[in-house]
Parts: sequence; structure tokens; C-alpha cells
Amino acid sequence: MQELIRNGIIVDDTFAEAFGMRATAIIITAPTLKWARQAAITMTGFATSVIGCGCEAAIDIDIPASKTPDGRPGCRVMIFAMSTDELQKQLKARLGQCVLTSPGSACFAGLEGSASLDLGSSLRYFGDGWQISKKFGGRHYWRVPVMDGEFLCEAKTGMTKEAVGGGNFLLLAADAEKALAAAERAVAAIGKVPGAIMPFPGGIVRSGSKVGGKYKGMMASTNDAYAPTLRGVVKSALGPDINAVLEIVIDGENDDAVTAAMRAGLKAVIDFGPKRGALRISAGNYGGKLGKFHYHLKDLLP
Amino acid sequence: MKPLTFMLRSEPEERLDLSGLTPDKLAGMPVAEIAGLKIGLSRRPATVGDVFKITGTDASNIVFAGGSGRFDLVGAEMGTGRIRVEGDVGARPGRRMAGGTLVIEGKAGLQAGSGMKNGRIEINGDAGEGIGGPMAGEIHGMTGGLIIVRGKAGHRPGERMRRGIIALLKGCGDYAGLGMIAGTIVATGRVGRYPGHLMKRGSLLFDRRPADLSLTFMDCGRVDIAFPALFDRYLMEEKILDRPLLGAKPYRFGGDNAVLGKGEIMFPKG
Repeated sequence: MQELIRNGIIVDDTFAEAFGMRATAIIITAPTLKWARQAAITMTGFATSVIGCGCEAAIDIDIPASKTPDGRPGCRVMIFAMSTDELQKQLKARLGQCVLTSPGSACFAGLEGSASLDLGSSLRYFGDGWQISKKFGGRHYWRVPVMDGEFLCEAKTGMTKEAVGGGNFLLLAADAEKALAAAERAVAAIGKVPGAIMPFPGGIVRSGSKVGGKYKGMMASTNDAYAPTLRGVVKSALGPDINAVLEIVIDGENDDAVTAAMRAGLKAVIDFGPKRGALRISAGNYGGKLGKFHYHLKDLLP
Repeated sequence: MKPLTFMLRSEPEERLDLSGLTPDKLAGMPVAEIAGLKIGLSRRPATVGDVFKITGTDASNIVFAGGSGRFDLVGAEMGTGRIRVEGDVGARPGRRMAGGTLVIEGKAGLQAGSGMKNGRIEINGDAGEGIGGPMAGEIHGMTGGLIIVRGKAGHRPGERMRRGIIALLKGCGDYAGLGMIAGTIVATGRVGRYPGHLMKRGSLLFDRRPADLSLTFMDCGRVDIAFPALFDRYLMEEKILDRPLLGAKPYRFGGDNAVLGKGEIMFPKG
């Protein structure tokens, strides 16, 4: 594999392989940013991977009070799934259990898309007949009386079929501390890119996987080629200087958002340098045959 | 293209039915044909050419240069485009209107926006009774759209309306939202007696406590909800008001409990 070097960091000439997904977004507001984020964090909990969680979700960006529909601080949450039905199911369940229940919350459409998904249209029945429909400015809202006032919720939000899931890169470092430091830099930089989320804990994955496994029924198992403790005993992808690898996984509302996020993340890691952070950067793919979207690292470097 | 302009020659001698002079109905019609349309309501009805001098060609943008209280049904059933009246109009402007914009720079007569379905009516002067209401025998009034009255409004605005917004910027007469089914009425200034009488659902949003409120409206206290800020912002973005109407924690009354009782009256100050 050909190697490039940027700021002393080796960049593998490889690519991240990503897939087409369905995505939606909502804006959650509350009396304070803390409580808007709390509703969002609760709603996006247990949403790291479609394989086990049904969807992938995270906070996209915080939105200042001056830019939200109701003039209160808020944040934009993005949710990704493989099918429209699953996305609607996850959205309804998470909205009903996590946002409706959160103190002072309100919820608005966060995406103009080719199709629409129900928000308040499915939750309004909680109002038991006391729900109020309001249509103005070309939008439709539901007001549902609750114990701290009213849950204000837009009737529908948009859905896009242009979304991309699985953009990624791997950070290979001398030890776990340095890998984490580099990954945190990348997460902070990608967090500022609108339209892209990192669904894993704090944006970082430590258990990258390969397809299949030796046990029956395992769709994925540990990526032994990148496990440093197995360096001597398996066909390892790691050199003698690498003792920890972390992965950043990115979902974006379109190809451009993933590209921008990859670019921002790579720049942050490269600017951080090899002494405190990553010695080498790579990316995960399946040989290029499964995913429609390929992100070549060499095209995205600063 | 210059707007299709109907210049009033002199005060008409009879009431006029102007429902034929809308962007939809005049699209592609030659001027000679327009001039021959009968608009008078007497036994020997006047034609457009008798009453107006016609200039301009853009039928999607119609201007009446000069108005009269005898101009009935201006913009009735219009679906697209724009009509501006530089003066007063008579009864039922925007009757069953389905889209587009109707601007009346003077006063309007009875039942402006009666049975309106969509679109926007702006009346800069006063407006008569029954704004957005039903005509006799109809089961509901307006079902969508926006009516803004910048002058004073008469009795019974929004009677039996189902959807849409009516904004009355210098108050209105008695029985605002009489028998309202749903929708929103905004009023700044003095509102008359018994607003919301027999309303089932819907919102009456005022800038002050109404003087005479039916006993069948129940005090819900001051409510800390997100809706007022959202709606205030809409009113300002649409340039209906230049400052918030309700603000934080408005007073809310629920009613009318003589009927379904799912409507509300909200206002900011005690």
C-alpha cells in the first residue's frame, strides 16, 4: 500500500466505504440549552449502529435561541436507518419516550426532504382529546397539554434518501492515551460540521469489526487485523510502533456532508501531530464492492 | 408587463358584481372581450367598459384604480395572482377565495373573506360585519387563509370559522369567533362583548383582557408554554404586528363550556 505523509503522520492510500441510508432531523428546544440537550441525548441513547439499535442517531449541532422556531435554545438531532418504515418507527418511539417526557421540551422539523415522517401527527393522541392543532405560516403544529404546560410539536418532519452512513477513518497511535487524544480532536472538529453526526459513544469506536466470524450467526466480529494484542499471532495490519487504534464513524445527510466531516476530522488529527496523537491514519472498507460511496483519504487531506 | 388596471371613470350608478374580474378568469382574455363583460346588477347592467378605463395587460396582477362601496365580490373565488383596490369595496370581497393576494386600501363592506379557503386578504381600512363568516344557510365560515384588517372590524368576525387566521388590528365588534369551530383570531385594540360565544375549538388571541367575557369561559391561569413565542414570531415575520402579542406566560381562559369547551382565549395582561 502506497503511503502519504502529512505533518509526520502516515496516511494510507485507502478509502472509507459507506452506504446509502434514510435520514431525518428534528430540532428540539427547551427553556435552557442544558434541557434541550438532555432530551436530545436521551433520545439518541442506544443508537450507535443500525445492526443492534435499529437506527443511528446523535446531536448534529446546537442552535442558538435566535435561530430556533420558538426562540428558545435548542439542538438539531439526526436519525439514520436503512428503511423508511424503520426510521418512522424509531422516530416515533424515541420522540414519545424521550422528548415528550423531557421537561419543557418542544420539537420541530429539522429537515426539508423528499418525503415526510410523522412527529406530532402520531404523538397528538397522548392529548386524549385536549390536543390542539394549529396551522400557520405553511406549517402544522400540535399542542399537547402535559403536566408542566404544553408539549409543542410540529406535525411532520422531512426525510431524505440521499443520506450516507459509514464514513470513517482509523487513528493508529503509539498508545491508547494518544489514540484517544487524536480521536477527541477529530470529534471536536467534526462536531462543528452541519449535517454530519458520529453515532458512537462520544463519536468514537474502539471495537471496529470485520464481516462475519468463526461462530455461527455472528454477522460481525472483532477486527483482529487491527487488534494490537494479536499483532504477532494473526495477519496484522499494525506495525511494531502501533499499540492502539480508534475509529471515527460518520453519518451525513448527504455525500457532501460526509466529505466535509471527513476533511475536518483528518485536518484536526494531522494538525495535532504524531507526537501527541496518531502516527498513522487508515480507513475501513469491504473491498469497495458493498458500499456505493468511497471516500479516498488522499483526496481529503489538508 | 404592466398590471391590468381598471380605472374607475365615475362613481357607478348601480351595485357591481366584480367576481368575474380575477386573474384566473381574465387570463388570456383580449381587452375588447373584458370591456364587454356585464358587471352591473340592474335590469340594464353596465359593462366593464362603461365603468372602467382599461390599461395594462398583466392579468395576474390586477389593479382597480379607485374604489367604491358598490364594488361587490371583488376577488371572489380567485385562486392565484394579485388584486389591489385603491379605494373602498362593497360586500363580500374575497368570497370563497382559494389563493392569491387581495389588497384593499380603503374600507370593506359586509362579510369580507366569507367562506374563504386559502390565500391572503389585507384590508387597510375598516371592515364590516361577518369577516370570514358563513353566508346564511352555510354550516361553516372560512376554512383557511389569512385575513388582516388594519382598521376597525364589525361584529361577529370569524363566525363558525374552521381554519385559518384573522388578524384585527384595531379591535372588533361583539361576538368575535361566534360559534367558532377552530382556527385563530388575533385582535389588538378593544374587542366587543362576549368573544368566543359558543366556540367549540380555536384560539382567540388578544392584546388585553376582554371587557365582557362569557361566564362559560373558565380561568386556566397564567400558562408557561412555548406556543405564544412561536406564534408571536410568526405574526412579526408576516408583518402583521411589529411587536409580540402574547409574550411569556399569557393568561388563558378555556371555553366555551356551553358547548364543546376546547377553545381558548389568551391575552398578556390582567
